Amino acid sequence: MTTTTAGAAPHLGVGAPRRGLASRIADRLGGGVIQVAMVVLGVFWLVPTLGLLVVSLRSVQVNNAEGWWTVFTKPAELTLENYKNLLATGFTASFWNTVLITVPTTILVIGIAAMAAYAFAWMDFPGRDTAFLVVVGLLIVPIQIALIPVAAFYGGIGIFGTIPGVVLFHVAFGLPFAIFLLRNFFVGIPASLLEAARMDGASEWKIFASVVFPLGKPAIASLGIFQFLWVWNDMLVALVFADTGSQPMTKALQSQMRQFGSNIDILSSGAFLSLLIPLVLFFGFQRYFVQGMMAGSVK
Amino acid sequence: MTERLDGPQNPPVSVTGGSSAGPADTPRTRRRLGPSPAVAIAFLLPAAVLLGIWVVYPIVYSIFRSLFDAPGTGFVGLGNYATIFSDGGMLTTIRNNLIWVAVAPLVVTTLGLIFAVLTERLRWATAFKLIVFMPMAVSLMAAGVIFRLVYEEDPDKGVANAVLTTVHDTFSSSQGYPDARPREGDQSQVATEGGAVVTRQPAQPGQPVLVPIVGIKPQNMPAGARPAAAPTGGAGLSGTVWFDFTPGGGGRNGAVDPEERGLPGMTVEAVKDGEVAATTTTAADGTFRFEDLPAGSYVVRLPKSNFEAPFHGLTWLGETLITPAIIGAFVWVWAGFAMVLIAAGLAAIPRDALEAARIDGATEWQVFRKITVPLLSPVLLVVFVTMIINTLKVFDLVFIIAPPSVQPQSNVIALEMWRVSFGGGGNQGLGSALAIFLLVLVLPFMIMNIRRFRRENA
Repeated sequence: MTTTTAGAAPHLGVGAPRRGLASRIADRLGGGVIQVAMVVLGVFWLVPTLGLLVVSLRSVQVNNAEGWWTVFTKPAELTLENYKNLLATGFTASFWNTVLITVPTTILVIGIAAMAAYAFAWMDFPGRDTAFLVVVGLLIVPIQIALIPVAAFYGGIGIFGTIPGVVLFHVAFGLPFAIFLLRNFFVGIPASLLEAARMDGASEWKIFASVVFPLGKPAIASLGIFQFLWVWNDMLVALVFADTGSQPMTKALQSQMRQFGSNIDILSSGAFLSLLIPLVLFFGFQRYFVQGMMAGSVK
Repeated sequence: MTERLDGPQNPPVSVTGGSSAGPADTPRTRRRLGPSPAVAIAFLLPAAVLLGIWVVYPIVYSIFRSLFDAPGTGFVGLGNYATIFSDGGMLTTIRNNLIWVAVAPLVVTTLGLIFAVLTERLRWATAFKLIVFMPMAVSLMAAGVIFRLVYEEDPDKGVANAVLTTVHDTFSSSQGYPDARPREGDQSQVATEGGAVVTRQPAQPGQPVLVPIVGIKPQNMPAGARPAAAPTGGAGLSGTVWFDFTPGGGGRNGAVDPEERGLPGMTVEAVKDGEVAATTTTAADGTFRFEDLPAGSYVVRLPKSNFEAPFHGLTWLGETLITPAIIGAFVWVWAGFAMVLIAAGLAAIPRDALEAARIDGATEWQVFRKITVPLLSPVLLVVFVTMIINTLKVFDLVFIIAPPSVQPQSNVIALEMWRVSFGGGGNQGLGSALAIFLLVLVLPFMIMNIRRFRRENA
């Protein structure tokens, strides 16, 4: 918090004395207007999520009778009934499916991408630069392109509708960003560290595991958060490659959307449960989240 | 934990450090001690296999598959592509994508810029940024459910229409009694005149005025209406506006009966010689009173506005507004991303340049237009392009927010591809063509990325 004002202070401080009283008053008034506008905007951004939370905590009858904002005058109407209904539908199974899809994907992406990124950053091989440009190109390939071919391929080898099938699809499509992010970070590792290790006769695997990987922790953390959130929040891949036994929360909820009005108890509580863990991660690790975002977009 | 969102002060050099590393680290100069290519290939193999089978091979497969019909046995050449550009539903889909690309990236980037500039001076900038940035962590599926609730048409359920109707009612206070009218025939004390209801006989202060109204549907009867009170006369011009209908029958026409209820919130005007002399509103029991009205005869008039249907907000999830409504949800999700990136760019602008301009007498607006925005243009471009790519791929939000009946009107390419191939369409030839079409649409940005990367790492 305190660093924020420090950033803005210098130019306000220098600029102010040269300007007339009138413009300073206008500035002060403008500041007030901006404050109010920002409060309104903040509320604007917060209200939709708040609405979901309140709706998920009120019974279907109450939700049908009045808007969720009446909760401020009738807090006693809050209930966990919807969450009980949700658990009765077997939602726990899809929660665990989400975990079983997300955690292995994140670990595999980090491991496989880190190895490739190390090779791209610190090893010489023919066609290296071209190969990396291919990775850069693959960054924005729409996953729609792979749905039909991979579905046919999975049918052939019998992993259609299974968790490993979903995981492998996510890993493959997570790799371009992961390799890109980690390679750019690994390139910045001081050459002297690696060369010293190589002089000592350490194997490449040992250098990777004991020098590069530990030094890469900040970038790996960013990547981990991103990858986790992407897979946790995915719906499209699950719609195609998961069946009812392996479906994650997003697909389970989507199947209830057709009767939105009558399923609002399950949908609101399920949607809120599904975003709890991402929100905890986001608030806990937003530093890495922002770093990863910057590294992925602005270079 | 909270330093990072005002992170502009410490840009993430650590992660992006690669391109700014010293000359000793550039790829060209570290060829000496590397391992053999065989080792490199071993490190690359897992990634290469996965990318080859799951990403590269499918591109090739899709190109071939798109040239065949639904069962995949008959060669149709470019027939599937012709379908994309001739079928009515498909053209709606493409039109929607055009709307998305034209509107969403511009709105997101502009909002991001505004937020980034405004938060620079805000004491609680970090809190604001956290709030606006938070939707990035939420799944688009959950965001869809969130906005389905926001856009509920009933203003007693959907917060968007609740706000709209509140704002509307603040500026126009009519209660709204659609279809309400005087009883037909000459016996009634009042008659219709140009949509308004007026008294047949001129009224004088001291003489109570009766305004019986019929034709009100039960659901339009305000909850706060109390039993009508017969006018008592007294000072000023007074009277009663009530629903002249006794439930279950009985009651006399044109007289206030015990079972009948007043009509609250009715605007009443006292008109003299065509001019409105005074205006008032009826109470819960339907009574009204003009105090201090000069003596004389008046026509009591209930203006037309009383009989218009009350405003119930917009049909967000109907055919007309569905795409703008979903774009609204998209903006909610992505504005934080734009804000954080642009704020980082803003923090990297040298303060001296801005100061010099200010000392030379430039106004804040000039500084912003002539210095800040040009210096920010690389970041703005990155945000804009990222948003174009995201709008081309938009899927979840449309799928979740649009109710089944308006799915055809809100359709987008990425969703249509899924629908055609897996969601009941059963035509993987057309689906492949749509996937290739989507790939072609993002191709320019792919090339742009590669060019930029080569330039920066040359």
